[in-house]
Amino acid sequence: MNQAISLAISEEMDRDASVVVFGEDVAVAEGPFKTSEGLLAKFGPERVRDTPISETAFLGAAVGAAMTGLRPVAEIMFIEFMGVAFDQMVTEAALMHYLSGGRYEVPMVMRASVGSGLGFGCQHSQTLERWMLGTPGLKLAVASGARTAYGLTKAAIRDNNPVVILEPRTLYGQRENVDIGDESIIPLGTAEVVRAGTDVTVVALGQTVSVALEAADSASWSGEVIDLLSLMPWDRSTVLESVRRTGHLVIVEENQRSGGWGTEIASVVANEAFGVLRAPIHRITAPDVPVPYGPELEKRFLPSAAYVQEQVSSLLSTKKSPSSWWEELV
Amino acid sequence: MSDTASPEVPQSTQRRHEVNQSPIARLERMIEIRLVEDRIQDLFAQGLVSGTTHTSQGQEAVAVGLAAATRATDFVCCTYRGHGHALALGMPPAVVLGEVLGRQIGCMGGVGGSMHLSDPDVGLLPTFAIVGAGTPVAVGAALQFATKKTDGVALSVFGDGATNIGAFHEGLNLAAVWNLPVVFVCENNLYGEYSPLESTTAVTDIADRAASYAMASEIVDGQDVDAVQASIARAVARARSGGGPTLVEAKTYRYVGHSRSDKAPYRKDGELEQWLARDPIELFAGQLLASGELNPDALDAMRHRQLQLIDEAQERVLASPTAAIPRMFENILSPSHS
Ligand SMILES: Cc1ncc(C[n+]2csc(CCOP(=O)(O)OP(=O)(O)O)c2C)c(N)n1
Repeated sequence: MNQAISLAISEEMDRDASVVVFGEDVAVAEGPFKTSEGLLAKFGPERVRDTPISETAFLGAAVGAAMTGLRPVAEIMFIEFMGVAFDQMVTEAALMHYLSGGRYEVPMVMRASVGSGLGFGCQHSQTLERWMLGTPGLKLAVASGARTAYGLTKAAIRDNNPVVILEPRTLYGQRENVDIGDESIIPLGTAEVVRAGTDVTVVALGQTVSVALEAADSASWSGEVIDLLSLMPWDRSTVLESVRRTGHLVIVEENQRSGGWGTEIASVVANEAFGVLRAPIHRITAPDVPVPYGPELEKRFLPSAAYVQEQVSSLLSTKKSPSSWWEELV
Repeated sequence: MSDTASPEVPQSTQRRHEVNQSPIARLERMIEIRLVEDRIQDLFAQGLVSGTTHTSQGQEAVAVGLAAATRATDFVCCTYRGHGHALALGMPPAVVLGEVLGRQIGCMGGVGGSMHLSDPDVGLLPTFAIVGAGTPVAVGAALQFATKKTDGVALSVFGDGATNIGAFHEGLNLAAVWNLPVVFVCENNLYGEYSPLESTTAVTDIADRAASYAMASEIVDGQDVDAVQASIARAVARARSGGGPTLVEAKTYRYVGHSRSDKAPYRKDGELEQWLARDPIELFAGQLLASGELNPDALDAMRHRQLQLIDEAQERVLASPTAAIPRMFENILSPSHS
């Protein structure tokens, strides 16, 4: 996936001289996760810059540069580090178009690595979509592998709004064939049905897409798996259309249960498709705890394919939401 | 160093006391830190640990000098590069190693990991994995001392790279305007992750930054444990006596990469060798030998003994169970109130 991201940025830099890249160790070292490979060599230090450890300064600079004529792609190494520059993203970048009566645009991309699974501990393992959810003026998408990272990155760089692209860091090493070129651009706001099925719609995002697919592939039920890809805006019609056929909705989230992105999907589907639902909408999430460090605990934190399979089976047979694995522990 | 602390005195407090009292214990502690961190790297290499770790080989004198110049009742905010400070302040090796290996014997029972060490018995607040985060927190700990009119001191330890983040500047300014008993200790190891200082930082001497806050500052040779101790002791004395904050810059060097996966290809030619020639452990051992406080046989015995203690600690850690699932649900909210 990291090669796909490097390539997507490189192609967009070729296409448009106003695209610039900056972040911590993105230039000389080509990115802590090797997501800017070859960019400094190809485009030079004017367009590819290492920054100090100053997230507020460089995200803020991205806002200013974007409003006045560049198209910055700023890298936040771990999504948690956006915390120190939160204002620039959700209060400045998101509102400049609005506050200028539509006269300024903010064509910037903030990329960040997210997620658990690498043993980095609770301050380096969250997904944190919830920090941005519901912020008018921002677009937000999550890659689920090399192909989607390529397609979303290109779409984000061409968009004239501030776009946040989250990249599950366990997937940087993931490899697949990626068709390159404009046909592979994934428009922001569109979901993909990645597996067709008839019994249940399983909506997943980022790292949980492969979990949902693995669960569905060996299940006794026929699961339709949707990779949601974009959270703001999200693709209501693809999800609703699927739920209308299957009558069941399961959402598989990496985030903790309370306030996770699935709550938004669930509430819209409950509103719009109440009549077709043949069981409660069921969310499969992590428990409401910080991401734990010990490998067995961290593995348990993220819903596994076996767990998803079990939960969906139970939902379909009992027509009741099964309890979560931790309920007997807490 | 004994493993048989009396039950009333926590082992880490006793270990801190030793470092406060004796130069021999300080040398011993520096050797211990080096061996523990080498061991951590070995255990990672053997695949016994996943994730990442940030070690501090080469910077031991800063950690031990700081511990020697402060009390167990002071508060210290350190970073993800924290094993050395935790050990210096008193945390026992098995507790550090145990946390890194995700074992129940670790300070957080294995749910924190290498970047998250803490030991309230010696005032070590949970180490901060977000660059700059500990600096304002130390200011708050100092505010507590000032408000309660006790003579405690808070310390914030961070790297050169951290002085480019807003929290650093806001923290220093606040400490200065409130004249708080806090000591800011910058471990200037010349790199922030893979970036050399000069590529990211507008000054060469971090101590210069104190001038913007009308704050006292000092530059100290971070490879000389006595010098570090003396410098931090001066700053601590100023703080305890109401003289306000100080920025101490220790010039030092990390022999290893930023984190486990980093082979440090960015180093300048000959730089590592130059710093290795002024190794803080060898320098201090040399001084103690020259002054007659230590003889060569005793030094050999000390190194041997430390190695043995770390082997023993490792055995205890490997015998300790991995973190248990219910542990991840603990300590999220405190059940008590005032
Ligand atoms: C806010 C924030 N940005 C970036 C990082 C990633 N990061 C961790 S350590 C580090 C380098 C810090 O360098 P320095 O402050 O000099 O300390 P050193 O690691 O050399 O001890 C970086 C960029 C982080 N943890 N937090």
